[in-house]
Amino acid sequence: MSNYRIQGATGDWEVVIGLEVHAQVTSKSKLFSSASTEFGAEPNAQVSLIDAAMPGMLPVLNAECVRQAVRTGMAIEAQINTYSRFDRKNYFYADLPQGYQISQLYHPIVGEGKLLIARDEKAGIPEDKYIGIERIHIEQDAGKLMHDQHPTMSYVDLNRCGVALMEIVSKPDMTSPAEAGAYVRKLRSILRYVGSCDGNMEEGSMRADVNVSVRKVGAAELGTRTETKNVNSVRFVMAVIEQEARRQVDLIEEGGTVVQETRLYDPDKNETRSMRSKEDAHDYRYFPDPDLLPLRLEDAFLVECRASLPELPDAKRLRYTGELGMTEYNAAQLTAEVETFARFETLLAETARQAGKTEAEVATQVANWTLSVAPGVIKSLGDEARLEHNTAAANAAILQMVSANTVSGGQAKEIYEIVLKTGRDPAEIAETEGLKQQSDTGAIEAEIDKVLAANPDKVAEYRGGKDKLFGFFVGQTMKAMQGKANPGVVNELLKAKLG
Amino acid sequence: MTDITDLGVAAIRTGVAQGDFSAREVAEGFNANVAAASALNAFIVTTPEKALEAADKVDADRAAGKTLGSMAGVPIGMKDLFATDGVQTTAASHILEGFVPQYESTVSSNLWAAGAGMLGKLNLDQFAMGSSNETSYFGNVISPWKRSGGSNAQMSPGGSSGGSSTAVSARLAPAATGTDTGGSIRQPAAFTGITGIKPTYGRCSRWGVVAFASSLDQAGPMAHDVRDCAIMLGAMAGFDPKDSTSLDLPVPDWEGELNSDLKGKRVGIPREYRMDGTDPEILKSWDDGIAWLKDAGAEVVDVRLPNTKYALPAYYIIAPAEASSNLARYDGVRYGLRDLPEGSGLQDMYAATRAEGFGDEVKRRVLIGTYVLSAGYYDAYYTQAQKIRALVAKDFEDAFQKCDVILAPTTPTASFGLGEKSDDPLAMYLNDVFAVPASLAGLPAMSVPCGVNGEGLPLGLQIIGRAFDEQGVLNAGLAIEERANFTAKPDRWWV
Repeated sequence: MSNYRIQGATGDWEVVIGLEVHAQVTSKSKLFSSASTEFGAEPNAQVSLIDAAMPGMLPVLNAECVRQAVRTGMAIEAQINTYSRFDRKNYFYADLPQGYQISQLYHPIVGEGKLLIARDEKAGIPEDKYIGIERIHIEQDAGKLMHDQHPTMSYVDLNRCGVALMEIVSKPDMTSPAEAGAYVRKLRSILRYVGSCDGNMEEGSMRADVNVSVRKVGAAELGTRTETKNVNSVRFVMAVIEQEARRQVDLIEEGGTVVQETRLYDPDKNETRSMRSKEDAHDYRYFPDPDLLPLRLEDAFLVECRASLPELPDAKRLRYTGELGMTEYNAAQLTAEVETFARFETLLAETARQAGKTEAEVATQVANWTLSVAPGVIKSLGDEARLEHNTAAANAAILQMVSANTVSGGQAKEIYEIVLKTGRDPAEIAETEGLKQQSDTGAIEAEIDKVLAANPDKVAEYRGGKDKLFGFFVGQTMKAMQGKANPGVVNELLKAKLG
Repeated sequence: MTDITDLGVAAIRTGVAQGDFSAREVAEGFNANVAAASALNAFIVTTPEKALEAADKVDADRAAGKTLGSMAGVPIGMKDLFATDGVQTTAASHILEGFVPQYESTVSSNLWAAGAGMLGKLNLDQFAMGSSNETSYFGNVISPWKRSGGSNAQMSPGGSSGGSSTAVSARLAPAATGTDTGGSIRQPAAFTGITGIKPTYGRCSRWGVVAFASSLDQAGPMAHDVRDCAIMLGAMAGFDPKDSTSLDLPVPDWEGELNSDLKGKRVGIPREYRMDGTDPEILKSWDDGIAWLKDAGAEVVDVRLPNTKYALPAYYIIAPAEASSNLARYDGVRYGLRDLPEGSGLQDMYAATRAEGFGDEVKRRVLIGTYVLSAGYYDAYYTQAQKIRALVAKDFEDAFQKCDVILAPTTPTASFGLGEKSDDPLAMYLNDVFAVPASLAGLPAMSVPCGVNGEGLPLGLQIIGRAFDEQGVLNAGLAIEERANFTAKPDRWWV
């Protein structure tokens, strides 16, 4: 249970949150037609006879959409229903040519599952928590109305009409905006790992209906919930919960009652407002779609789906902290996004190969480089960085020179800058640009001797117990070596000489 | 030489193939009959040029020595429920008036591929909803049959495939397509003295057929005799990946396997079909049928179909429920009629368009369907009806443990006069009481003419078979046909 509370005049309230996330399934064609699903085409360029609901047209299920839903279900450890069925949800609207949406009310393809949100004390999530998932079903998306094309008429674009969606319905297990935010982020991450949805919230590939109710702290009964529709960013999901919980508490404490209704979020005003109440709710007259047979999944299909799943975020994180000996922070950062871990794992393999070491031996070095050093250099270069030069081979070569003590950390960054600007070979850069550190003990010893000779008083103080002066001698030696001495060697030699 | 338009599918095909006459002559003959029969109102649109075009192709193919299709040189009527590329397709409704599809239904494509040609689009009950062909926006279809004794009353050709039944029995076409949701092939066939078969649900693709009730709709042929039906069904049927409910089975050689010797076959007689109020002449024709099948070598057994009396009520819940949803797409937005009153919005346009575009019977069924699917009523109506549907199917399954085919009347009465039942929907619905059970169970069923009643009106017998056993149905039908010697023809009063 989170500590999130809404302070009311009559005491503290807690919020109960459930989310229905609509995720557009990654597939070339629509759920029941062969029209393309590509984003950004001219209006009504991707509309089949089926999507336009011409007389006599019939839906044919796209097996790829089924596969993606099943793989997603497996990724949240859910029950996969080998028998499911499609139902018609009937209502009239201009973005819905059939006059019904084909969905799955009674027998969804995926049953109960769960998703882990990780402890994040800063965000107010004191411990790891599982959020229950009630079901995932597949359904058709509607078209899009455009109200800004003509002074008195609305235009309809049916490109999106019939595109496959997964509706992922959570249990009312979340009790703070932070938990809801973490849930959406984690869900998005899993969908992107699995490849079943691109997770692009700006393009509408993922949107959430946010169910919110409030109750007095410790109360057993759930309050009446409202549902805020089509919220399209993690930030807005959290804002909706904050606003809606506050509104409900204020309403109840002023003597009102929360009505079960559908609401819309206005990001400009940061408030929710009523769209329609339960009384105006449609009677959708759900019934099994007689154009489609029940969907039965064969064992071989399920085996193939499971075998095709990649390593998932939680498993990856555990492997990074366990096998690879990484810090929890690094592991969490590296596994959050598909692009990040993909880049990391490629570089890790290449670095281990070039160094002739195991991945575990170089993991921490590669993680630090991937998470902090490399992004810092790229950012500082801005437009000058040409990312086509940012190859795993070049990065690994730099890391290899660092671990071989050929170049220092500072030199590594300089070499990386040149690589990014020019694409030149790292070893050649180190050689040509003088970006190699001196490990020749003779040369370093000579400089140390000079430094010690020049500072007899400091040497005496050090030997008298002023240990802090060690850093001074290191600094002087490095300065004399123009920063190119290997700090490890310098330390070692200094310690020996100073006794 | 006999009038070419007295010939059926097999005779025309053979005659064309042998060069007894050209396909063009056949097409011209039927085009002329069609043109002379406007009084029957069987066609909504005529397409003589299409019939000639297909015929010329067949004649050219024959001249070139090419293999001819199974329907080569046979011009047919196409029920106006099948979408035809470039030819208006209306489902006999105002709401689709002027709609010209840019696609061709699978069934009609199959027929054209087999060498058939199109004489025109046949009238029907609006959206196939009706049993007398009195609900068409384009006017009633008139049966070519009259009561004997000089009656001038216009008779019903049955429905919904009333244009098809009239066209075949009046020799405007040697054969026509029909569709059967709850008897719409069998009842009009019985009313007009022709033969029609509804195959197993899924045999004929529904792709491109304007939907009435998707789980029941099934296309089939209507023709003069059993052989013609076997030939034409073979051309219409086949797996279609565009229809998810299509049967993925090879199409048997129904014509080749025709065999009226029923030795070793058992024919079930369901006592529940002997209902109060059934016309004694109908019962007599049933007894004739039993005797004929015995004569053909079959053993006759009693079977029980105990849930028969619930079938019609269940049908009138399920079919309207599906229809209410299937017809939601006729909204004035993309095709057909649009009624947009001055200054009105989207909801007003829906209401005005649908009020104007749908006929009374269609509205009645949309309202019934909407009601039975509504929150609070769904379980009491739709769910119960589905249970009955399962029980009706189970009845047949049990009965087919004891028999190979079932023999029953097609209809409780012979044809009636237009207007005689149109004010009483329930009386009208009762017409399908014998037809509906096989529809609910998705079974193949056909009607074959077996005689005329005291008023000179045709009567039909119905044969119901096991799922996928069209052959058994056709064979029993053939045995009846061979013994019934049905030769009655309507007088050509309309010319």
